[in-house]
Amino acid sequence: MSRRRPKILAVASGGGHWVQLRRIAPAFEGAEVIYVTVEPSYRAQVGDAGFRLVVDATRWNKLRLVRMLLQIAWILLRERPDAVVSTGAAPGFFAIRLGKLLGARAMWIDSIANVERLSMSGQKIMRHADRCLTQWEHLAGDSGPDYEGAVL
Amino acid sequence: MPFDRLVRGVDGWAGANGRSDVFAQIGDAEYVPRHIEHAGKIGPGEFRSRMAEADAVVAHAGMGSILTALELGVPILVMPRLGRLKETRNDHQVATAERFKAMGRIEVAMDETELPEALDRLTDLRRADTISAQASPELLDAVRGFIFGARTPR
Repeated sequence: MSRRRPKILAVASGGGHWVQLRRIAPAFEGAEVIYVTVEPSYRAQVGDAGFRLVVDATRWNKLRLVRMLLQIAWILLRERPDAVVSTGAAPGFFAIRLGKLLGARAMWIDSIANVERLSMSGQKIMRHADRCLTQWEHLAGDSGPDYEGAVL
Repeated sequence: MPFDRLVRGVDGWAGANGRSDVFAQIGDAEYVPRHIEHAGKIGPGEFRSRMAEADAVVAHAGMGSILTALELGVPILVMPRLGRLKETRNDHQVATAERFKAMGRIEVAMDETELPEALDRLTDLRRADTISAQASPELLDAVRGFIFGARTPR
């Protein structure tokens, strides 16, 4: 057990990814939480928790992805979280890759929207994250993600 | 990302049925609705409050819309975006829509031809039971265990 409150970077892009992150937020109680997302107006939902914005981008938009990557690197270097938890997509992928390099533990929770296969980000991040969860039991497997329930 | 098929479909249905009580967030759709009140993009606060006041919601098969409607107990009809029409990256919304429909959580129109009839039915639906505002206890435990080290990771 840690001697102090663990510091968590909770990362999600907008829309469904953010809604799913907020639905697991009760599990963060007792930790110091810093949210990282792409939509300024979400700030109103997080109360006293930390809140950092990065530029929105998908994998089709390389320049913006690079900006996002640099912003996330900067946040990680300043905050040095103990763990990164993400519900996707691109910002969570970067935060987990870079966070692992800086010694943080990392958990990826693949979106419940992905009912046929893990998301592309999820497939790529699986071998880097300490835990990778799918929200669909039929997608879990010995060499694949774990199933531990869903956001609903 | 625009979703003109849905905007056009709902607008046409509203026109044909004389419905003046429809509001739509249409994003950057090219199609300009003629019968329904609409806005490009509304904030998440207004999105939620408009949804809470609605008798029913019509949306793409995105999890933000689906989860918010389920949290508020508002019946929701979704039409999946298609990858081949460049409405999204791939056809994952089709699978999402089918799976949630099989669970009895949502109504689905697979395309614009199914939309008018599905919209007719939607207005007859009663308000649904709300779901809790949190993830399942099992998932919350897994996240807590990961953060606080209460359980040994597999």
